Amino acid sequence: MIEVQSISFRYHEEWVLQDISFQAGKGEFIGLIGPNGSGKTTLLKILYRLLSPQQGEILFEHVPLKRMGRTDIAKKVAVVAQETHLLFPFSVMEIVLTGRSPYLGHLMFEREKDLEIAKKAMEWTEILPFAERPIDELSGGERKRVFIARALAQEPEVILLDEPTANLDIHHQIDFLNLILTLNREKGLTIIMASHDMNIASEFCDRLLLLQKGKIYKIGIPEEVITQKNIEQVYGCEVWVDQHPVSGMPRISLLKKGVQ
Amino acid sequence: MKIVTLKRVIIVSILLCLLLILVILSSVTVGSVKVRPSRSITILLQSILGLKGGGTETEQAIILSLRFPRALLAGLVGAGLSVSGAIFQALLKNPLADPYILGVSSGAAVGAIVAILMGLSTLSFGLPLASFMGALLTILAVFYFGRQEGKIHPNTLLLAGVIIGSFLSALIMFFISVSQKEELHTIIFWLMGDFSFSNYQTIRIIFPYILLSFLFLYSRARQLNLILSGEEDALQLGVNVENLRLISYLSASLLTAASVSVCGLIGFVGLIVPHSVRLILGPDHRLLIPSSALVGASFLIASDTLARTLLAPIELPVGVITATFGGPFFIYLLKTRKVVKTL
Repeated sequence: MIEVQSISFRYHEEWVLQDISFQAGKGEFIGLIGPNGSGKTTLLKILYRLLSPQQGEILFEHVPLKRMGRTDIAKKVAVVAQETHLLFPFSVMEIVLTGRSPYLGHLMFEREKDLEIAKKAMEWTEILPFAERPIDELSGGERKRVFIARALAQEPEVILLDEPTANLDIHHQIDFLNLILTLNREKGLTIIMASHDMNIASEFCDRLLLLQKGKIYKIGIPEEVITQKNIEQVYGCEVWVDQHPVSGMPRISLLKKGVQ
Repeated sequence: MKIVTLKRVIIVSILLCLLLILVILSSVTVGSVKVRPSRSITILLQSILGLKGGGTETEQAIILSLRFPRALLAGLVGAGLSVSGAIFQALLKNPLADPYILGVSSGAAVGAIVAILMGLSTLSFGLPLASFMGALLTILAVFYFGRQEGKIHPNTLLLAGVIIGSFLSALIMFFISVSQKEELHTIIFWLMGDFSFSNYQTIRIIFPYILLSFLFLYSRARQLNLILSGEEDALQLGVNVENLRLISYLSASLLTAASVSVCGLIGFVGLIVPHSVRLILGPDHRLLIPSSALVGASFLIASDTLARTLLAPIELPVGVITATFGGPFFIYLLKTRKVVKTL
């Protein structure tokens, strides 16, 4: 579905991403992991053409991304950013409805159909009860759901997530990730998620992409990527890797100085 | 569910139009020469319908050639400044932004002062024309210096606007310090906002600019909502942000230029009207733009009516009234942060 063909990108002199190639199939759940500054967020931004790579190409269902119009991309790819600040307090419903905007063209107002789709998205994400509340009265976990609902209202095929669980407590983390997993499994949405939490990535993603200084260090299923050797090489710190006692997926534990 | 629909926009607009009509009718009725309310309304209606008669000739003259054009002009300017303020607040993502933030007003002032010093203010539209040119030149300069690599960055533009504005303010100070006593009075009145030059000709000149800019900005109202949550967000929802920004900045600047050129610098309208409307009707531009226009028109007509009647026969600059009412209101805004989170 998405083919990334040896892309390289730089803001100024230095390359931030170099020769990145991978494919994401329909319905796949892919995790981007790597240290700070390894290029995860930049890669996500390139995937919805906020940035354009200087070299290489991205194909979306065999069509080059750079030849697609803005609204065409918005109908296929939705993004949930780390944190969205709104200058003035819109209501939850109003924000979710903005997800319909790629479909409205020159229309000034949403149609009945758009309201239906927005309501469905709010049902999925269980935020319908506070549809009329202003966004700034919601908790962090609820706000995240609002932006997922907006992404769903875009009726996309791919959702890009940037550090979705940052700043959430474990209850909201697991709620949120389970919601994403449901969307992935039941709606067949392709998910590409950048995350600092390797245990979450290992548990939820089908495949992982480990980035180091803008290059792919390793790509594969979690068992292949999250190994003691790989993590110590890329992050430069000692870790302990064993298996999650319930799921059997690789699990990372941090080591305090002197404990071995 | 409470969202902005076409129906809601139409209902709110009709209600606010009724308010505006009421304000215009009261405005043409009160003044130093007393005209009975029923008679002033008859005179106005008959003239609009093209009928003759009603009232004495003096009454007709006062209402039709003095008070009515003055109310119309104040209404146009109030609408222009309010919409322009709402747009600048959204584009610069700054709740403190007002129509003058990019220095357009200082450019207009320099143009006006030059015209006054050269004696052009006695011509029927020498003053507005000169200040309009001053404002346009300033807009061009701000956009020329405020771009980075051909793109508009709100902060760079803001900086360019503020710096050019300060430079022009220095020019204004210079002109004031070298001008004669009689010119000084005209200059200071202009700087505080003054509708006493109103006539149908100025209305005809600025009306197309205000109408076109308004229509254009309104056609982009839905996209302007998206830009409030940030450039990246708007882009990922399919908005051509670069294009939207450039054209909206230019339209809003044009609105400001057209407004200030006919009446001088009237403060606070462009700041408080959009904020008050947001408080009551929400931040959606599809409702905010037309409502701000209508509320701004009513507010400025009412302020101007007070300005010319409070101490009659002395006429106060309308800026004194808007700031007297605007100042306390703005402090109230600052104290109740509910309106704007980021202040």
